[in-house]
Amino acid sequence: MVDAEQSDLCRAHIVAAEMIHSLFLINNTGDIFLEKHWKSVISRSTPHHYLISVYRGKLFLLSVIQSEVPPLFVIEFLHRVADTIQDYFGECTENVIKDNVVIVYELLEEMLDNGFPLATESNVLKEMIRPPNILRSVVNTLTGSSNVGDTLPTGQLSNVPWRRVGVKYTNNEAYFDVIEEIDAIIDKSGTTVFAEIQGVIEACVRLSGMPDLTLSFMNPRLLDDVSFHPCVRFKRWEAEHVLSFIPPDGNFNLMTYHVNSQNLVAIPVYVKQNISFFDSGSCGRLDITIGPKQTMGKTVECLSVTIPMPKTVLNANLTATHGSYTFDLATKVLIWDIGKLNPQKLPNLKGTLSIQSGVPKPEENPSLSIGLKIQQLAISGLKVNRLDMYGEKYKPFKGVKYLTKAGKFLVRT
Amino acid sequence: MSSAALYNDQTGVETAVDAGQESTPSTSNNSGAAFGLFSADFKKNEDLKEMLESNKESPKLEAMKRIVGLIAKGKNASELFPAVVKNVASKNIELKKLVYVYLVRYAEEQQDLALLSISTFQRALKDPNQFIRASALRVLSSIRVPIIVPIMMLAIKEAASDLSPYVRKTSAHAIQKLFSLDPDQKEQLIEVIEKLLKDKSTLVAGSVVMAFEEVCPDRIDLIHKNYRKLCNLLVDVEEWGQVVIISMLTRYARTQFTSPWKGDALDENSEKAFYESDAERNQAETNTYIMDPDHRLLLRNTKPLLQSRNTAVVMSVGQLYWHLAPKHEVSLVTKSLVRLLRSHREVQFIVLQNIATMSIQRKGMFEPYMKSFYVRSTDPTHIKTLKLEILTNLANEANISTILREFQTYVKSQDKAFAAATIQAIGRCATNISEVADTCLNGLVLLLSNRDETVVAESVVVIKKLLQTQPSEHSEIIKHMAKLFDNITVPMARASILWLMGEYCEKVPKIAPDVLRKMAKSFTAEEDIVKLQIVNLAAKLYLTNSKQTKLLTQYILNLGKYDQNYDIRDRTRFIRQLIVPSEKSSALNKYARRILLAAKPAPVLESAFKDRERFQLGTLSHSLNTKAAGYQELSDWPSVAPDTAVRNVEIIEPVNEIVPKAGKSKHLKSDKFYSDEEEEKEERSDSSSSEDGSSSSSSSSEESEDESQEESSKHSSASENTSSESEQNSSDSESDSKQKKTKKTQKKKKAKTAAAQSDSDENGNGVEASSSSMESSSASETDSDSDTDEDMKPAQNNIREKSKLQVKPKKEVSLLDLDDFSQTSTNAPKPSVVSHSLLSDLEGLSLSNISSAMQVTTSTFSQVKDYDLLHHMSGKGLAAKYHFPRQPCLYQPCMVTVQLVLSNTSDHSLEEIHIGERSPASLNIHCFNTIERLEPGASVTVSMGIDFSDSTQAANFQLCTKTDQFNVSIQPAVGELLMPSTMTEEDFCKEQSKLLGMNETSATITVPTANISRLAINKEILSVANVGAVPSNQSDVHRFAGKAVSSGSLVLVSLSLQQSPTALLTVNTEKSVMASMLLRVLTQALTAA
Repeated sequence: MVDAEQSDLCRAHIVAAEMIHSLFLINNTGDIFLEKHWKSVISRSTPHHYLISVYRGKLFLLSVIQSEVPPLFVIEFLHRVADTIQDYFGECTENVIKDNVVIVYELLEEMLDNGFPLATESNVLKEMIRPPNILRSVVNTLTGSSNVGDTLPTGQLSNVPWRRVGVKYTNNEAYFDVIEEIDAIIDKSGTTVFAEIQGVIEACVRLSGMPDLTLSFMNPRLLDDVSFHPCVRFKRWEAEHVLSFIPPDGNFNLMTYHVNSQNLVAIPVYVKQNISFFDSGSCGRLDITIGPKQTMGKTVECLSVTIPMPKTVLNANLTATHGSYTFDLATKVLIWDIGKLNPQKLPNLKGTLSIQSGVPKPEENPSLSIGLKIQQLAISGLKVNRLDMYGEKYKPFKGVKYLTKAGKFLVRT
Repeated sequence: MSSAALYNDQTGVETAVDAGQESTPSTSNNSGAAFGLFSADFKKNEDLKEMLESNKESPKLEAMKRIVGLIAKGKNASELFPAVVKNVASKNIELKKLVYVYLVRYAEEQQDLALLSISTFQRALKDPNQFIRASALRVLSSIRVPIIVPIMMLAIKEAASDLSPYVRKTSAHAIQKLFSLDPDQKEQLIEVIEKLLKDKSTLVAGSVVMAFEEVCPDRIDLIHKNYRKLCNLLVDVEEWGQVVIISMLTRYARTQFTSPWKGDALDENSEKAFYESDAERNQAETNTYIMDPDHRLLLRNTKPLLQSRNTAVVMSVGQLYWHLAPKHEVSLVTKSLVRLLRSHREVQFIVLQNIATMSIQRKGMFEPYMKSFYVRSTDPTHIKTLKLEILTNLANEANISTILREFQTYVKSQDKAFAAATIQAIGRCATNISEVADTCLNGLVLLLSNRDETVVAESVVVIKKLLQTQPSEHSEIIKHMAKLFDNITVPMARASILWLMGEYCEKVPKIAPDVLRKMAKSFTAEEDIVKLQIVNLAAKLYLTNSKQTKLLTQYILNLGKYDQNYDIRDRTRFIRQLIVPSEKSSALNKYARRILLAAKPAPVLESAFKDRERFQLGTLSHSLNTKAAGYQELSDWPSVAPDTAVRNVEIIEPVNEIVPKAGKSKHLKSDKFYSDEEEEKEERSDSSSSEDGSSSSSSSSEESEDESQEESSKHSSASENTSSESEQNSSDSESDSKQKKTKKTQKKKKAKTAAAQSDSDENGNGVEASSSSMESSSASETDSDSDTDEDMKPAQNNIREKSKLQVKPKKEVSLLDLDDFSQTSTNAPKPSVVSHSLLSDLEGLSLSNISSAMQVTTSTFSQVKDYDLLHHMSGKGLAAKYHFPRQPCLYQPCMVTVQLVLSNTSDHSLEEIHIGERSPASLNIHCFNTIERLEPGASVTVSMGIDFSDSTQAANFQLCTKTDQFNVSIQPAVGELLMPSTMTEEDFCKEQSKLLGMNETSATITVPTANISRLAINKEILSVANVGAVPSNQSDVHRFAGKAVSSGSLVLVSLSLQQSPTALLTVNTEKSVMASMLLRVLTQALTAA
């Protein structure tokens, strides 16, 4: 994460406290395929500096810093770089970056000036450097015009830096997805060791002009801890528990929240499992059944179970009543993909595991990660009350969607 | 990586990229052909050169793109410099940008050629487009060529006073670049920083603080005046700037405020003190700590940032609270820090490290969130161990059983490194919590039969440590371990058991020799570390039980003597000399027993994070646990707070210099969404300060108003944005939108029906049924010249009606007030009013708490008389005027505030204007801060405090510049030595009755009939004396109350109009001299027609 090397003593007389000195993008075979320097160039071979890296989508974003800087500052920025690349090109992978190396380089140029973040808002960046699309690249090749905007994004100047000016849509619409994830640890006997709900409200707002939105909840008291997109007015939330904001254009995360109180957390499924390994005969048995618990009358979808097996397990010979299972021989991960949960006929996975002979049986049984989705339900019971728009006179089309997912949902065995 | 390999590899990549790009004829020539590496490279550059020299733009652009691609891959493209630099003046903005990118990269290597491009940038610096100015400065300052330092310096200075905040922001960045290029410019750069620090734009704030941190972090004095402004702007600054400002303010606060922990320390750390001496504690409570309001301001304004989405911001607020807040408030940040654990794993790692440090000192803070640190099998090992560390820190008598149960799961983990760490953790719990020591020990002993070697080894090591800390009876455990010894293969574990045997050989007298016997057999097959311990064990047994073990020991020593490892040979030789007596034996022999069997101090099992607290949380140094370059120690709290007055804002900046933007001043001029309320607030605050002095008695009310203004200014930020935009750009689209806004329509909200809502819930995807759209309608005050002027009045009436309808969303508006101001609000506020309210805004900030303690009202009588202090003729160009602003003095309550307007009428700039000697020497003056530089034609307003000791004797002092001194004197009018005081009529009469006889002076005067209205009398009296009117029912008696500034004695003035035109003027006060003088000036004022 953070590697320290002795700082170059020759340079020590000037304590240059710039933040981020250089950035290297490295693929997972360890090759540098893009580098950007904001100060004088650093040699690739001997970085006598501090290195901070993040790992995203099989890529390492490695930054070089020379002096004291809050590490989270750098980490957060590197993730923002990855987010921006993802936002521009749909994904953040080596190939995409190599294909768009000039745009990426220009983006980096705008995002950081002298090692200090300059423009990191996607709305602002998109005004300066337009993201590529097929139509434009055709036009560009024909006319020789460019992807680079020639005016300063107005967002840069205002105190609404996240929104560009002059947005126009023929269909004005605002969609909000309330997505909740259940993080839980269930122990062997089925009791909940730990459970909490993490929620996020993802918004897709395509509204003309400068709309000022107010989103209120039926039961805001549920929310234990919240964090907001910079557009949300803190004080309004503190005073009235409503979200008042001028939205960025396009997709963004409006807020994240946390519901802590453990008894409020409904656990939608139960798991009956029995995994055992025998000393003799070098084999083991596995038997897993999943049933609905507190689903609020909704259907559980996309149900899956992931089991990282001990390294000594050689193969699995199982039968599933629902869905299908795969066992990756290299990583020893067993994935059982169930799909929709039918409460009348509970899915079951049963069979034997073959174990490497001659080694002691695995000490611990593997734990199960559960994946699931429940549409149209926020498991915490959070409900959006209403959405009002001020500042513009058209009638927007509004929609709210709820979704519950399993987050880090772990069943210990 | 060898350079050849590097080269090879890159070329491969590059071809791939080339193929990916649109293939122009020129590239396809090269790709695919099997050139030698160097020739291919050379050839390519030739080809690029041609393209760059073409007279069409598209090949140029293509070439530049490829060149930037090369740079991105870390390849050297410097030889193209001459060809590239020619294009620096290109009209094509994309080409230009790419050339800029190139220049910044290679200018340092090609300094002479880089100079060719400088003139282009110099020209661009004057461009009317702020974007171009800014980017020119950005590139110019990034060209690391020492020869252009003067040009850069000039450009930075100019940009620092640019109208566009964006350009000013860029200049703040440029400061750092210039500083790293040429540190000798420091002094000049500090001046620019000082100027930019005064900037009120949120855009600039973060960048300039960054520059400050880099160039002159020790010049904390530059921050004083800007401290409150920075605190107040903080919420609106962009995320990255917030981090920098918070960390700077943390450092600042640690030098300027006293510790809020003194009282707390007593109950937190030394509970004994609490029980032992209640008296002492009471005493501690009586001299309670009062937090500096500025300290409080910082804590209050950073708190909302805990809700930021940016983890770095949250962490920096966390560390600010940790280092600055009173202990009981620190836990405010817990929840937010725990929230960060949901973020990326890199973030988790850093946050967990910080929590680990915090949890050592403050268990209580994180205990409620203990379960958030439960380990998941999916966590990476380094996260797991950190969580374990925290859980161990949090363990106490109450929760230990839960934690140990959790640990039991961890011990069985497949991740053996983690399982081993868990065993260590159990050991720590056992030492920390004596109740569970035995349970833990037994549990560890059970683990000895575990199949996994690492687990067993770790258990042995931990048991060894535990036994050492508890030297009581544990022979059973040692026996048990001896039994298991044959099955344990991990050398460290074997060595540990042997050491235990030796150390406690007297407790297991039968087993120890037997173990030694076994070891003698297997000695040669053991690992070195085990061999050393065998020798050790042999020596100890020889000393305690030589009868049984003498031969064994000698055998082992002989084996050791011929061992292959020299360490073992050395040790054997040493031990032999030490224990076996011989004729040549050294003096040490006698002490062998004391040396080998000395009681060993038990190892301390403590957190690895114990020593990290020396570093500031959230820093790189903290994460590394070693001091990083450029790390600045957080200073200790000062025992006595430095002067708090330094933060008072004296200089009220002339508004003309800076274009209004974010910050408080902005709402004055903007085109607002909630314009009616806004205006009304303006009006109210304004009227409260100017008309009824009594209502603004506590400045806290002003402050809260201030806050709400800020809030509502945020509400309206969208529209403000457009307005401020238009002021600067006056672009077409802007004015369009403005016109649109002025077309008013209004709609009532439809109440949403319950049915509709449940519908939408059922569908999930369904639309929220109700649609309610509120109309934005706003009237701009600034664009009165626009054609919408006429619409304004009805528009505002519309708004007013509307806001009556929608009571709910705007609770803060009281409807009554709307009527009160219906007349004034339609008028555009007069400039004087605006600037006045701005002024009172600023004062509201600086006054907080001080004036409320004084119980004195701020009477803001607007007509202030200016007096000459220094004529420009006698002052060699320096002119000074003064007036009494009639504000309570911030420095000391006994002082009278005097504002000086200093102007430079000469043709050269004046430097270091300050106050020199004073006479009488005892004269108590609070000087203004030295003005470093006053440009020709410029003027500056500063304020100072003078204690006149309630006499009208002149205060003489010297006004000095760098070169000259001028003797000046300020003679106060008697009326200025007072402060208004609020009291009821009853109180007034009561006080007056106490001040009769000697203390009463009166005169009968003739008041001209024009002057007998209440208003006229108030005006006349207030014009000469700084007193407050006492509300009265009687129409013919007017009462005014005040206090002498220095002594605080009451001064009561009453005027009773017996039969017009004669009136009786009475002054009651202990200060008889003052009374007679006051009587005289009042008479003059009232009788003058």
